[in-house]
Amino acid sequence: MRIPVTWLTEHLELDEVPTPEQLADAFVRVGIEVDDIRPLNAVTGPLVVGRVVRIEELTGFKKPIRYCQVEVGVLAADAATSSTEIDDPEGMGLTGGTAATAGTGEAAPDVRGIICGATNFAEGDLIVAALPGAVLPGGFAISARKTYGHVSNGMICSAKELGIGDDHSGILVLPPGTAAPGTDAVDLLGLDDTVLEVTPTPDRGFCFSVRGLARELACALDVPLIDPAMLEVPPGEGEVVPVHIEDEQACSRFVLRRVTDLDATAPTPWFIRRRLMLAGIRSISLAVDVTNYVMLELGQPLHAFDAGSVKGSLVVRRARPGEKLTTLDDVQRELASDDIVICDDTGPISLAGIMGGASTEISDTSTDVLLEAAHWDPASISRGVRRHKLPSEAARRFERFTDPALPPAALERAARLLREYGEGRIHPGRTDVGRVSLFPPVSMPIDLPDKVAGVRYARGVTARRLQQIGCAVEVTTSDSGVTMVTATPPTWRSDLRQPADLVEEVLRLEGYDSIPSVLPTAPAGRGLTEVQRRRRTVARALAEAGYVEVLPFPFTSPATWDAFGFAPDDVRRNTVKVLNPLESERDELATTLLPGLLESLQRNVSRGQRDVALFHVGQVTLPSATQVPVPDVPVATRPSDAELSSLLAALPRQPLHVAVVLAGQRQRTGWWGKGEPASWADAVQAAKIVAEAYGVELRAVAVECAPWHPGRCAELRVGDWPVGHAGELHPKVVEALGLPRRTCAMELDLDALPLRDNRPVPLVSPFPPVLLDVALVVDAAVPAADVAAVLRGAGGDLLEEVRLFDVYTGEQVGAGKRSLAYSMRFRALDRTLTVEEATASRDAAVAAATERFGATLRG
Amino acid sequence: MSGANDPYDPKEVAALAPETLRAAVDQAVQAFTAAADLDELAAVKPAHLGDRSPLLTARREIGALPPAARAEAGKRVNEAQSAVREAFATRQAQLQVERDQRVLREEAVDVTLPWDRVPRGARHPMTTLAERIADVFVGMGYEVAEGPEVETEWFNFDALNFAKDHPARTTSDTFYVAPADSGLVLRTHTSPVQIRSLLERELPVYVVCPGRTFRTDELDSTHTPVFHQVEGLTVDKGITMAHMKGTLDAFARAMFGPDSRTRLRPHFFPFVEPGAEVDVWFPEKKGGAGWVEWGGCGMVHPNVLRACGVDPEVYSGFAFGMGLERTLQFRNGIPDMRDMIEGDVRFTLPFGTEA
Repeated sequence: MRIPVTWLTEHLELDEVPTPEQLADAFVRVGIEVDDIRPLNAVTGPLVVGRVVRIEELTGFKKPIRYCQVEVGVLAADAATSSTEIDDPEGMGLTGGTAATAGTGEAAPDVRGIICGATNFAEGDLIVAALPGAVLPGGFAISARKTYGHVSNGMICSAKELGIGDDHSGILVLPPGTAAPGTDAVDLLGLDDTVLEVTPTPDRGFCFSVRGLARELACALDVPLIDPAMLEVPPGEGEVVPVHIEDEQACSRFVLRRVTDLDATAPTPWFIRRRLMLAGIRSISLAVDVTNYVMLELGQPLHAFDAGSVKGSLVVRRARPGEKLTTLDDVQRELASDDIVICDDTGPISLAGIMGGASTEISDTSTDVLLEAAHWDPASISRGVRRHKLPSEAARRFERFTDPALPPAALERAARLLREYGEGRIHPGRTDVGRVSLFPPVSMPIDLPDKVAGVRYARGVTARRLQQIGCAVEVTTSDSGVTMVTATPPTWRSDLRQPADLVEEVLRLEGYDSIPSVLPTAPAGRGLTEVQRRRRTVARALAEAGYVEVLPFPFTSPATWDAFGFAPDDVRRNTVKVLNPLESERDELATTLLPGLLESLQRNVSRGQRDVALFHVGQVTLPSATQVPVPDVPVATRPSDAELSSLLAALPRQPLHVAVVLAGQRQRTGWWGKGEPASWADAVQAAKIVAEAYGVELRAVAVECAPWHPGRCAELRVGDWPVGHAGELHPKVVEALGLPRRTCAMELDLDALPLRDNRPVPLVSPFPPVLLDVALVVDAAVPAADVAAVLRGAGGDLLEEVRLFDVYTGEQVGAGKRSLAYSMRFRALDRTLTVEEATASRDAAVAAATERFGATLRG
Repeated sequence: MSGANDPYDPKEVAALAPETLRAAVDQAVQAFTAAADLDELAAVKPAHLGDRSPLLTARREIGALPPAARAEAGKRVNEAQSAVREAFATRQAQLQVERDQRVLREEAVDVTLPWDRVPRGARHPMTTLAERIADVFVGMGYEVAEGPEVETEWFNFDALNFAKDHPARTTSDTFYVAPADSGLVLRTHTSPVQIRSLLERELPVYVVCPGRTFRTDELDSTHTPVFHQVEGLTVDKGITMAHMKGTLDAFARAMFGPDSRTRLRPHFFPFVEPGAEVDVWFPEKKGGAGWVEWGGCGMVHPNVLRACGVDPEVYSGFAFGMGLERTLQFRNGIPDMRDMIEGDVRFTLPFGTEA
């Protein structure tokens, strides 16, 4: 909300006017954000009110150009007459006057020729002229210059050029009678001012007004407030129009006032136009401008009906099924049963609190105006604004709660302005239905603010601050001898419901900067959990192994699963969907980390990176087989265990996964020789790195699983429990996703990895080992890991390590066979092992392999 | 030379004559010195120290001497032999040093050659920052609490004192899970972890909750729909706003150095009362030390405590939350938030494995 400083200070009893910066600081101190402090850029040099005497339309140019004769004061040629005031305070002097009266003893008007490109003015209008020597905001210096075939002796200014508004559609035309030509315009226009842009928090609806903001400043600066709503409201003589409130929850109060005999063409006085302009609101007509002005000043939005168009009596109710209303913007709107409407005998004529109806809109011929001020249910207005996508200044205030005591004063203020500036007559009647519900008093120990803040405030501070914000305050002593303060909130403070709310008022007005810094003593913590520590270890180990961590978004699309080659009934296609995704086609939460990782990989490759290895540790979302509805659990007390477990049961499973993708070279080619391309084995190794961080052993089993290559995919198991996959991606997937050839990937469910509390303590023998190698010829389909497992199992306690060091296929071993060469290390814990003992163990191991796989020793 | 069958001459064995021995020694020394390398030295060794060398030949003549003369002749031969052996050893050591020096010189490499056969990877600075923050609080006795990203509205809004019609609940701010009445959202903040912690843990509760959060902001240089927060929650007897200030100040010092501190400005969040925004004094701020908006905080709202079954008459607490992207952005001077999102390795690699 934008508001000129002078409008605020007008309502404060100040000995000394603070600077705009001091006011901004005061706002921030009490919790109103200040987004901008914008001084109106001072104009220097001659800026005066001018009257357009004569307009000459120049033709032959690309756009309309006017050569205007503008009266800008009196000629100073004759010293005797130059000081004479023009006796024409209304500024309504003769049009077409020229300098011809010079020498008659009266002041001769100073008339200048000025070129102007705007057309929104007529002869006789008062305008603002910057004369040669003036400098406008932005350093724009005005001089006499020849243009369009004439000498232009100045410039006729727009509101924007003067820095008081955004309107640059035409020049600023002042209301007739504003001032005599030649009057200094800087003072007149109030150009010496500063506009503050403030954002009050949504819980303080009353701050969306001069009244509320001035009240906050009065508290912050500890000065008395001059409340603009404190005006005498005479009792109404009868009703204006009968009104019935059907739904009191929707509307707790509805007040009408009527102004007749209004001069529909009466201009809006400059002070109102100026303030609206500085607040960023366009001037439309006197009646509309006045309602906006009162809204800004008091915070009560008003609506003006054309009284002549309203038929019969009014009813305030919720809309009925099928009802429609054409609003002021000429859009016909289907009304919802939650919408609050004002109806006359013809049906809905206004979407309450949001936008008026077209049928009763005031026009430039309306002379009889019905002014409405009401209190609407904030939540209903808020829903209506969203439903109809109709945010407005009025709705913004209604949805943040308006003061229900305010409507009569706001209408009185508006009616008086219309009487004063529109020559209207205020109808003696007033309709006032509904009531002002008062907020219940809130009691608390008077030292509660001290206890919450950790500060000892001076005596009386709590009561004084609560009074200052408008509460009725009573201090009592409870039966148990505790001094209690009871505050009845003012009608505009819907946010003061419980002691904590009162505490905040005291603390913020006393200043948060008076709160000291004290570190609490937490009980001894247990440090990170096992899971948290392992997760860090996993990430660090992968990073050290060459993988770069990325944090892709979880959003994905069904097209991804197609590209992944998932079967139509693949469980991983079953996703949790986002109702309102940013990109409509990406409305699924991924069931695997791979789509995001592969997208990051692809992005890196497209940016010229060749060897890329990435990892991501993150949650995936797996929908429950059966959708459990979320129960409606109240918040007044702790939910029951049953409620809590049904809440948790409604959530999809979200296990923590880790995944890697890699492409290009894993070991680079360099001066040392040729590198090694990233392969399925690297992906498997990445899984082992992860498993090692958890202290568990992974077993690889060949499986076919999309999106992996059917012959190059390992299912990773802990015992017999599958925990993930690793390998090379299917060439079709690589092609579909535009990935580098032979891209590899691994994904593990970290939550499925068991936590080992104690790692095994190895027994370390100091005796020398016996090293023996065996080369076993087996069927090519026999997994090397299985052979190793059998050797390990049959090798006995003396076998310390089995390591595959060579794999050979070729003529020497025969078709369909391969030779697996293992080095075996034997060692005894208690003695130096003899070769004979070791050989016996080896032979036992080989015999087991022969029995199990038909393995033969390679000669 | 004398042979075995030479006529016996007890007085004169020429081979044992001192001059002869001296000459043999001189010749040997000369030959060793002349050897240019170990191979040459080895080649000349037999002629002077071998079986047929003059000195060994001479030694065999000793037996021909009369017993009285043998001792002296033996001594002479021994001395000569020692001198030759020593000369040999000296030269050999000398040549070995020379050879070693040469070999090492020849084995020298260009140590500036690059070695990036398997380049290291990197942690994302966001996760290492989150870990670092967690460590700061773990050091103060806090524990790290976590929760799911898809969350019920009850945890994300209801229990946090958001009114049913609060604007944050609209689809223009919050990602909802389909269908429309699912009651599930992508958590909009880490605050639901506060609720989970209060429901699951024994009091007092001191937890810090880093995590990924979601709001319907379009991605640009300062906004992202998927972002990270860290949340702190303290609920204990006698907790005051001064304790909150003290904790935030300690946090600021740990993150931004001993000169850092915080400043509170009153603000509104549904789940705290009194509430505040927190600014941090950032000594390394671009253009000079100054205040930077950092996050929100406040005393846990009594309604929140009640929803978790904590009696607000007995317990009080504070909570605070910061955006990690924003923290990283101003701390490290990252101009465009998208760099943190897109996963370009050129952005992440320089961070190494620690933030």
